[in-house]
Amino acid sequence: MLNINNLHASVDDKAILKGINLNVKPGEVHAIMGPNGSGKSTLASVIAGKEDYEVDEGEILLEGENIDELGADERAHKGVFLSFQYPVEIPGVSVTNFIKTAINETRKAKGLEDMPANEMLKMIREKAELLEIDRKFLSRSLNEGFSGGEKKRNEIFQMAMLEPKLAILDETDSGLDIDALRIVANGVNKLKSEDNAVVVITHYQRLLDYIVPDHVHVLMNGKIVKSGGAELAHELEAKGYDWIKEEVSA
Amino acid sequence: MELKDKLISSFMAFENNVDVDSPIHDIRTEAIKNFEDEGFPTKRQEAWKYTSLDAVLKHDYSVFPKHESALEYKDVKKYFIHEIDCYKIIFVDGKYSSHLSQTTHDDIDVCLMSSALSKPKYRLIIENYFNKIATKDGISSLNTAFSAEGAYIHIPKNKLVQKPIQIIHFSTGREGALLLQPRNLVVVDENSHVQIIERHQSLTDNPILTNSVTEIFANKRAIVDYYKIQNDTSSASLIDNTFINQKQESIAKVHTFSFGGKLTRNNLNFYQNGERLDSTMKGITIIGDKQHVDHNTLVHHIEPNCESHQDYKGIYNDSATGVFNGKVVVEKEAQKTNAFQANNNILISDKASINTKPQLEIFADDVKCSHGCTIGQLDESAMFYLRSRGIPEKEARALLMFAFSNNVLDSVKIPEIKTRITKIIASKLGVNIGFDL
Repeated sequence: MLNINNLHASVDDKAILKGINLNVKPGEVHAIMGPNGSGKSTLASVIAGKEDYEVDEGEILLEGENIDELGADERAHKGVFLSFQYPVEIPGVSVTNFIKTAINETRKAKGLEDMPANEMLKMIREKAELLEIDRKFLSRSLNEGFSGGEKKRNEIFQMAMLEPKLAILDETDSGLDIDALRIVANGVNKLKSEDNAVVVITHYQRLLDYIVPDHVHVLMNGKIVKSGGAELAHELEAKGYDWIKEEVSA
Repeated sequence: MELKDKLISSFMAFENNVDVDSPIHDIRTEAIKNFEDEGFPTKRQEAWKYTSLDAVLKHDYSVFPKHESALEYKDVKKYFIHEIDCYKIIFVDGKYSSHLSQTTHDDIDVCLMSSALSKPKYRLIIENYFNKIATKDGISSLNTAFSAEGAYIHIPKNKLVQKPIQIIHFSTGREGALLLQPRNLVVVDENSHVQIIERHQSLTDNPILTNSVTEIFANKRAIVDYYKIQNDTSSASLIDNTFINQKQESIAKVHTFSFGGKLTRNNLNFYQNGERLDSTMKGITIIGDKQHVDHNTLVHHIEPNCESHQDYKGIYNDSATGVFNGKVVVEKEAQKTNAFQANNNILISDKASINTKPQLEIFADDVKCSHGCTIGQLDESAMFYLRSRGIPEKEARALLMFAFSNNVLDSVKIPEIKTRITKIIASKLGVNIGFDL
């Protein structure tokens, strides 16, 4: 699904990613953990195609195709989805209109007709139910005045609507109380299948109690320094990151 | 011959063709003297500092159309809000087109200024209202001097006019360069309500200059909703002078949608002559190329407990230039005034520019007055967010620009106008997406 080979990326000539290798197969859940400033969010943004970052070396392959040169919208058309750590507030665009536009633009890129309005409505209703989103919420301006939990639920709602092949969840657990966390995780698990993959970027282990990863990677100073199974996350939660730092420098 | 001299000498010919016993004969004579003294405004005048008329005044305009041009409805239907039943007052090259129009004298008068100026039954209204609030500056005086044709709307008291009234001025290019000077009078009496849609539409590449004057009187508890759709061709220019006099508890709203034309200058003046009344002026301007739009507004708060709301949004691309000059005067007696003004702008290109200037003169001490101007670019993080959801760059830009301006549409009471405006915006932004919000 996703193959990242020796990825180096920088912003304003400052190197942030310094040789990332990552292989994600269909049906897998990967967690990327690491201390603040290790490059986790940069990795998510670079995969999604944020133009502020310069890829200096290496490649990102999605289903074998190099997506380096593609714009963020084209990557989305190919099935990449990023759940934002800080979803942007867009006054004047309702959640419903936004998601309609996103779906129909994606269909247009694939040479498909617009989704029929009744089908769209039905899908919106189903997915909103899955994430326990109130109907009134959908007519509000996108993310404007949303609580932290509402923003994140709205991100996963969009993911449910767009049905991506590769979903990257960037700190989706931050700002969530335990109920919201459960709703969000439950949503992600229901969307999970043998044909798609999820990369969870997180600081803490608690989200991983609900979305259980097949692989856990530790990102430090722009590199993946340790990989393991779900148990690695528990170890990090118990012991922090210092022991890995020592292990790496040793 | 310079245009000014040509106009002054044309006035003689004009006076020979109209009724010199008309009650407005003296008004016209005085107006041409004013124009002779003042001439066209220049950039030396503070109110015209950022708008030069030089380029539009250099053409050899015909002042009196010689031809009668007929238009087929099917050819111009798209310029009408044709989805709803309306009264229509339509002009082609300055001449009334009876077959495109639908006027009425049932209970209300929706007809022609030429009738109102000549028929005795309108004499009292003309005496009481004509040229009572239009200013005496050069450009308005020029219109007054030649005032002969336009829309005349009189709504007597307690009438809720069911159908909107559309006023459209077409120009066909048969005259070469053409100067049009429509003169409109709208009198809405106590407790009555009227909706008016105005549009100036050139169908030619020949230069067209329209210098329009509209006087609107919203009497006690009257409601006037006025929509101006300005989406003309790149060879057409418009100077729109609109004056609104409000009496107590009246509500007057003017929405100005400026999407085209070579040069557009809107002089919009509200005079609040009564208590507890409400004035609203809103606008969306989206222009590109070398287009120029200038909104020059005035709200004169004269009496206590009144409100005014101004909200103008502008999006400027290419080498387009914009001006917003919003003056709010609050007289000493006008206590408890609430006056709000906002002008927000987005510059898409490095060559585009906007000059925005709030001007508040407050002489009362117990008032709420706010104003805010912003000039910015599109938010790049919002762009990335939209694009990451599969919305291509052009569509994402369009969606953000629409979102930026669409709160102006909240107060538009005719859904078909809202739909039309969103369609024009989509086509201006070069996208085919529904902004059905």
